Amino acid sequence: MTQSLKTTVLAQAQMLDFYRQMTLIRHFEERVVELFGKGLISGSTHPCIAQEAIAVGAIAAVSREDQVLATYRGHGQMLAKGGDPKKIMAEILCRGTGYCKGKGGSMHLCDPEIGFLGTNAIVAAHIPIAAGVALANKIRGNGLVTLCFFGDGASNEGVFYETANMAALWRVPLVMICENNGFAISVPVEKAVSVKDIAVRAQAFGFPGEAVDGNDVLQVYEITRKAVERARRGDGPTLIECKTVRWERHSAISAGKYASREEMKRWQKTDPIPRFRAHLADTVRVSGAQLESIEREAREVGDQAVEFALQSPPAAESELAEDIFA
Amino acid sequence: MRQITYSQAINEAIREEMRRDPNIVLLGQDIGSYGGTFGVYRDLFEEFGEERVRDGPLSEAATAGFGIGLAIAGMRAIVEIEFMDFSTLVLDAIVNQAAKMRYFYGGRLKVPVVIRMPAATKLGLGAQHSQSLEAWFMHSPGLRIAMPSTPHDAKGLLKTAIRQDDPVVFIEHVRLYASKGEVPEDEYLEPFGKARIVREGSDVTVVAVAMMVQEAMQAAEELQKEGISAELIDPRTLAPLDRETIVRSVEKTGRLIVTHEAYQTAGIGAEIGQIAQEGAFDYLVAPVKRVAGKDQPIPCGTLQEKVFPNRDRIIEAVRDLMAG
Repeated sequence: MTQSLKTTVLAQAQMLDFYRQMTLIRHFEERVVELFGKGLISGSTHPCIAQEAIAVGAIAAVSREDQVLATYRGHGQMLAKGGDPKKIMAEILCRGTGYCKGKGGSMHLCDPEIGFLGTNAIVAAHIPIAAGVALANKIRGNGLVTLCFFGDGASNEGVFYETANMAALWRVPLVMICENNGFAISVPVEKAVSVKDIAVRAQAFGFPGEAVDGNDVLQVYEITRKAVERARRGDGPTLIECKTVRWERHSAISAGKYASREEMKRWQKTDPIPRFRAHLADTVRVSGAQLESIEREAREVGDQAVEFALQSPPAAESELAEDIFA
Repeated sequence: MRQITYSQAINEAIREEMRRDPNIVLLGQDIGSYGGTFGVYRDLFEEFGEERVRDGPLSEAATAGFGIGLAIAGMRAIVEIEFMDFSTLVLDAIVNQAAKMRYFYGGRLKVPVVIRMPAATKLGLGAQHSQSLEAWFMHSPGLRIAMPSTPHDAKGLLKTAIRQDDPVVFIEHVRLYASKGEVPEDEYLEPFGKARIVREGSDVTVVAVAMMVQEAMQAAEELQKEGISAELIDPRTLAPLDRETIVRSVEKTGRLIVTHEAYQTAGIGAEIGQIAQEGAFDYLVAPVKRVAGKDQPIPCGTLQEKVFPNRDRIIEAVRDLMAG
């Protein structure tokens, strides 16, 4: 975690696109939290507020055809992969116009047409599935790479280790991206992970693992780009640990305190969005007016998604027993 | 017609399908040149090579996950679980992932994966290698489940299983692997959801699965000598289950016995008995009976014989019913 925002040089247009995506995800998620508060969201929802840099930076390193699998905290990844905000919001609100006809909801989003092979609500269960997708790429020789996002908690599940071993043995084109946000619901990583960096766990399987500042979108992009190149070359998997902090509750329905108000305030200082904004303004010399225009546009896109979802009909009763079998 | 073993029938089904469809990949442990724990995969590694016959580590849960991944990426996977008892290690992949993925993604993905696993009763291996856990999978919507009892059905059902776009739990039986039966040389497929009436009869319906089909057949022949005519039905697939054939038979005979090696409580016998009640209550002249495994851990050695149902227990149950 030595490299800072300032040393990575990218085209300005690409950096502005990162900023656009991050602000869109933030606004989108804030609206989701607000809608949950109004009782409009079934069950619960797991916002990725404060973790936007990971989804945006990592997914910028792959093409539309490459595949992404993510967790129940996956709205940001789907937006970053090119998902339609309207159809995502509609799905979160269980509307018939949602990506999954309103039957999956906040935790089950999917669109194979954009290479987004699903978010999953069982911790770590999608890690071997993602590796299987990567194996299909390898067998077919199609040159595609699979990104798999999961949390620090998932890195304690058995299938994480089983998959790491098999992915290494079979050299599948897989990039394992651990979003270490400090907590598995309420249990802090210090109580749950026996090593300082989850990234070192890759060493046990003989492939590279690296920890980065997950609140630095440019660093996340850069390290993922290298891992993707390595995977495409046929050199097998990489584990990337993106260190971040979750200052929202685990899930909108989660009760219980896991941190003090002071701690939460301190964490908010790590917010990746103001930090990247300052970089764009101070170092890249993007004008305040241009940044504001991006922010305004992101808000509009998010608001339009909410409007679309609210105006959409609920999942149709005729769909109830559809899609169980082919 | 030629006779081959149940094991050869499964091997043929996989070989034929793999020749037909280059997208099919095998995953499991000991499935390379070793040929599978029970030799079912003999020579497949030699024919199709290590890319398609992927002998892997003892990581059942991840292996099943890899299979699902291949499937959602547009390939087809067949995952072998060495003993059905080990399916405990893979339940999340089967029950929470494969079975429901198509549904919760609104039909955007299909999951053509076949999970093969043999039940292994009466091998003397004790409590962790002797169970029949089919009821667990029947309790999980979104799965297709086959449980063939003959080489003919094993081949025809497995070919169907491999070709369809839904996840299939394919339940075999170790003690059936060496059993022989007629299997046509020409290609054929057997449909899911269609029971086989093994033997027609008029006094009592016996529904049996897997090993119990043979036991029930012997019982029926014995009972015939006493003038009791038993109709024997092998459902062949548990999901979908051919309710109609069972109900129609009970309407004819008025009596039903369900027999399986699995534990009795909440076993498939309970479900099938209930189906008969719902569909043919007015025709039943006696309570439905179950001849099933005892509700207790399975011991090794000679004691194991005491927990499993057999021909004699079926005969006894039928006599009770007829006397009732």
